[in-house]
Amino acid sequence: MTDAPSNTTQSGGGNVPGKLYNVVAGAGRASRSAAGQVGDVVRYTGGMSYLLGDTISWTLRSLFSRNVKFGGRAILVQMFRVGVKSIPIIAIVEVFIGVILALQLAPTLDTYGQRQRVADVVGIAIVRELGPLLTAIVLSGFAGASIAAEIGSMVESEEVKALRAHALNPIRFLVVPRFLATSLMIVVLTVFSDYIGVLGGFLTAVYILDVPPVLYMNLTQAALTTTDFLTGLVKAGVFGGVIAMIACYEGLRVSGGPAGVGRATTSTVVKSIVAIIGIDAVFTAAFYALGI
Amino acid sequence: MAEHAATTDNNIRQVAISADGVVKTFFNAEGEEFRVLDGVTFDIYRGETLVVMGGSGCGKSTLLNCLIGEYAVDGGHIRFKTKGMTEPTDLCSMDEAEMNRLRMRFGILFQSGALFNSMTVGENISLPLIEHSYVDPSIIDIVVTLKLQQVKMLPHRDKMPSQLSGGQKKRAGLARATALDPEILFYDEPSAGLDPVTSAAIDELMMDLSKKLEVTSVVVTHEMDSAFRIADRMVMLEKGRVLKIGPRSEFEVIRDADPATLSGVDEQLMHQFLNGYSDGPLTDAEGLSEFEKLINADSRA
Ligand SMILES: Nc1ncnc2c1ncn2[C@@H]1O[C@H](COP(=O)(O)OP(=O)(O)OP(=O)(O)O)[C@@H](O)[C@H]1O
Ligand SMILES: [Mg+2]
Repeated sequence: MTDAPSNTTQSGGGNVPGKLYNVVAGAGRASRSAAGQVGDVVRYTGGMSYLLGDTISWTLRSLFSRNVKFGGRAILVQMFRVGVKSIPIIAIVEVFIGVILALQLAPTLDTYGQRQRVADVVGIAIVRELGPLLTAIVLSGFAGASIAAEIGSMVESEEVKALRAHALNPIRFLVVPRFLATSLMIVVLTVFSDYIGVLGGFLTAVYILDVPPVLYMNLTQAALTTTDFLTGLVKAGVFGGVIAMIACYEGLRVSGGPAGVGRATTSTVVKSIVAIIGIDAVFTAAFYALGI
Repeated sequence: MAEHAATTDNNIRQVAISADGVVKTFFNAEGEEFRVLDGVTFDIYRGETLVVMGGSGCGKSTLLNCLIGEYAVDGGHIRFKTKGMTEPTDLCSMDEAEMNRLRMRFGILFQSGALFNSMTVGENISLPLIEHSYVDPSIIDIVVTLKLQQVKMLPHRDKMPSQLSGGQKKRAGLARATALDPEILFYDEPSAGLDPVTSAAIDELMMDLSKKLEVTSVVVTHEMDSAFRIADRMVMLEKGRVLKIGPRSEFEVIRDADPATLSGVDEQLMHQFLNGYSDGPLTDAEGLSEFEKLINADSRA
């Protein structure tokens, strides 16, 4: 009768050790009413902020406190995992985006007799916007989904409980390395995808649109400022952090066996993409207002 | 009798853990509340082995999770008095740091072993040592070897958990649980899935730990042979409540009694459970699962 724990959860209690658990588990409670759904959103954001706060505090502690060991090896392992597998996909996607942008813009620019200006537009679009954005979207599929699946199955196999039972904080051991690794690695990958995207535009412009290569390079260099580059990288870092937080959060609140793990991965990818684009809009508006 | 004997040789028996009216509720898929633990009260004395019994799904693992602070209780209190403590302390009133200090006095063997899958067996056992004891790596190495020897897992030291059988995982889990020489050990079905010889060896080890190191043990088990071998006292849970708690000898009396002489449905129920009979008050209609009821209805029709 009551032997089906899927969609079930323990009720909240006032006890401190279980606080995060309660916030996390409470957010997973299925409710169907509209009020319940609003409550869910509030709980989700609440749980997420709690997790973020804890992650940041553990990150700072592991960097600056002598009592907390800095898990350098764990971070390297995670960076490798996040980074290496996604490089080919990011390369392919960015090359194509460079090609597409150049070809889409060429006819419009032709009407002004300014075909060579594809260099400027491609450069700015890639470096400020599409480099970080597409890298983040690819990573939400690669890193986000695999982090959610990994942590989710650790919850299911009682590993997370065992960590807590050994007085080892799961946020410090599981979330912090993934958070740092994803945020750092996405910046590196964004630099890479910026180059690849511009290269895609360059090859299209040179071989299809007959723009002289030296002119293209000069125009790109003149169009791009260090600020363009840096704003892109800052955004990328934030996207990486968001992907890691959503993935860890979804993973930690998994319940209901393998099906629950599957749900968590899907939900991670969907929520990450929505969150990334939303945050991107906020950033862009802010940069616009500040004139950066 | 056994209770009395223990009392005399310890003189004062100190309570290590006390559960006082513990209530734990869960929500089912429809969002309705149901009480898994409904006012569970008992004491666990220092150095004793308490066996927790009860039908599948009656809340034994839930009780264990409440005792280790993994689940916040919805009512009642759980108090601990470990060797360092002057006063019994309520779990609810502990902050994370206090809780962690207490957890370092615990060892827990989970139902599934719960090894860290990304680490080798050896690393699983050294992790708590590396994190919580500031000793030299070479000493940690020796401790790991020792703990693995105790559970006869030394040859598997460098294997990953995915390469182990269920029983091996459990033994490795036990080695990890004892890594920090805990004062209190919780076992969730330590011998389920083990062959009789290994299971007896685990029982020996559990008894050894509790005798030599004065470890307090709380053992959830379905294996009656093992339960009667290791228990000092036993507690039987049913429908979220304590049906009976007492020294092993009292349970032996009920187990071996002639059903006709048993007074009351509780004793009949325990008699059925302890002997593992399929007929009795436990398996009357309301004790059956929905599926079993369907089957029964089918076979009657
Ligand atoms: N996280 C949870 N959410 C909702 N219900 C749960 C949860 N955990 C356990 N339950 C329910 O609580 C009841 C008791 O579960 P518990 O795991 O404590 O049983 P158990 O006595 O350990 O059984 P077994 O002997 O089979 O291990 C079951 O009905 C189970 O469905
Ligand atoms: Mg259980």
